[in-house]
Amino acid sequence: MTAATNARDAAAVASPVGDAAAPKIVAKSLTKRFQSARGADVDALGPLDLHIGVGEFLVIVGPSGCGKSTFLNIAAGFEQATSGTIEIDGRPIAAPGPERGVVFQDYALFPWLSVAHNIGFGPASRGASADEVRRIARHWIDLVRLEGSEEKFPHELSGGMRQRCALARCLANDPDVLLMDEPLAALDALTRVRLQDELLDIWTSASRERPKSALYITHSIDEALYLADRIVVMSARPGRVMSEFVVPFPRPREAEMRTLPEFHALSDEIWRLLR
Amino acid sequence: MKNGRIADIGWRLLLPLSLLAVWYVATDVMKLFHPSMLPSPTAVVRAFIRVASSGELATNIGASLLRIFYANCGALALGVPLGLAMGLYQPVERLCDGLLSLFRPIPPLAWVPLSILWLGIGTLSVVFITFLAAFFAVLINTMAGARSVDRQLVRAAQSLGASRRRLMAKVILPSVAPAIFTGFRIAIGVSWMSIVAAELIAAPSGLGYMIMYYREVLRTDAIIVGMLTIGLIGLAMDSVTRWLEKRLLPWRTGFHL
Repeated sequence: MTAATNARDAAAVASPVGDAAAPKIVAKSLTKRFQSARGADVDALGPLDLHIGVGEFLVIVGPSGCGKSTFLNIAAGFEQATSGTIEIDGRPIAAPGPERGVVFQDYALFPWLSVAHNIGFGPASRGASADEVRRIARHWIDLVRLEGSEEKFPHELSGGMRQRCALARCLANDPDVLLMDEPLAALDALTRVRLQDELLDIWTSASRERPKSALYITHSIDEALYLADRIVVMSARPGRVMSEFVVPFPRPREAEMRTLPEFHALSDEIWRLLR
Repeated sequence: MKNGRIADIGWRLLLPLSLLAVWYVATDVMKLFHPSMLPSPTAVVRAFIRVASSGELATNIGASLLRIFYANCGALALGVPLGLAMGLYQPVERLCDGLLSLFRPIPPLAWVPLSILWLGIGTLSVVFITFLAAFFAVLINTMAGARSVDRQLVRAAQSLGASRRRLMAKVILPSVAPAIFTGFRIAIGVSWMSIVAAELIAAPSGLGYMIMYYREVLRTDAIIVGMLTIGLIGLAMDSVTRWLEKRLLPWRTGFHL
């Protein structure tokens, strides 16, 4: 990753908001260019200036192919930016790391491991003792209400259960940041709404000891408004920050919030931007 | 449930039993063939009792099985690591691909003359030829399996803090295991094909040698005993491999159309 010479101050574009004044992840003039199958250069992203505050729940919405997943992959360390910088706590991100947990749309659970072993994978990877791994797995199985399924394989679970398991696997590793790439997109509408509530509950209780930042990518404006402290709207490819909104609704969020006129007003405004 | 099982077994036995009946009628009843062309099933059973009671059959089965065992151990020991390396690391693939692609189309039996020259007539030659056949089956399948490892699973493991070693042991190997099993099953199959042919020429023992010997003395019934023995052992080995696969990879769920 080469540092861009014309790096702009991220704060000039995205002002810190809410209780998240201290930035956790800061991206400056981030771009990504890749080669299409025909060999043509495609600008997928940026230049993008963005930050995620400590303990902030940031949601990115944008049209398909706007590079929002690419940004998440760069933040996770799965992909390298073409130019620009991205840092966590002031250190450049170059590879995946356990302080950044990832929740995938297709769950990415290990098919050969039981629910309990999937959830214990992170702690076991980081050298926790067998007893400790069991204790952590037990704790998270209870929290995401998978009791009775701990010995099952992922293919024996429903979609909602799989994503709860994936979320628990991520949080069992006690990351500072959760990176979630459309985690609920594959679920039916009812399960999806229920899991939004559960996600917020789990995130809140996990943040109690230590604040956890979240970067959440979605197509759904409703979902964005329900979950986010702040919403960033990205433009079509190459994705840049088009606009951002601080979501004014207090936490804990409740379903009635969706009926408020302010909710609809914000929703309409974001709709107009994306059209 | 029970009826279903009986029906299933009946369905499976239908064709073999019909064939046996036709064979019996054509030989023992209608006497359409000279016994040295096609002996009757009863003659084959008598020949079986003869070669089995003399210990000849067991000796030859033992000789062939031991060679197959050596050849497949070698094929797994070399084919799995090399297949993984070629499937996962492009430079290794580029390095080895040309040579392997050149050698792969050469039928194992084309190696018989060279292996007799190099290794003489006997177990070593036969193991070498059988190994070549099994090795490519294991290698090609392992390589294909390693190439199709789900990238998301690797990423998930990395972002959970897995070391390279743990990634290999807990993610890559379980991902590739089904392909290795497929390769192993194919290897067992081609082992039998090549070992018999190799033993026809290059060994003083084994089931292939036994078949060849009885051709020279025109005991067709004993030839058929040898052939059926190979078929039955092959079937048994395939079943054991399938059973092992089910036991070791319980998360795999297949389906029938």
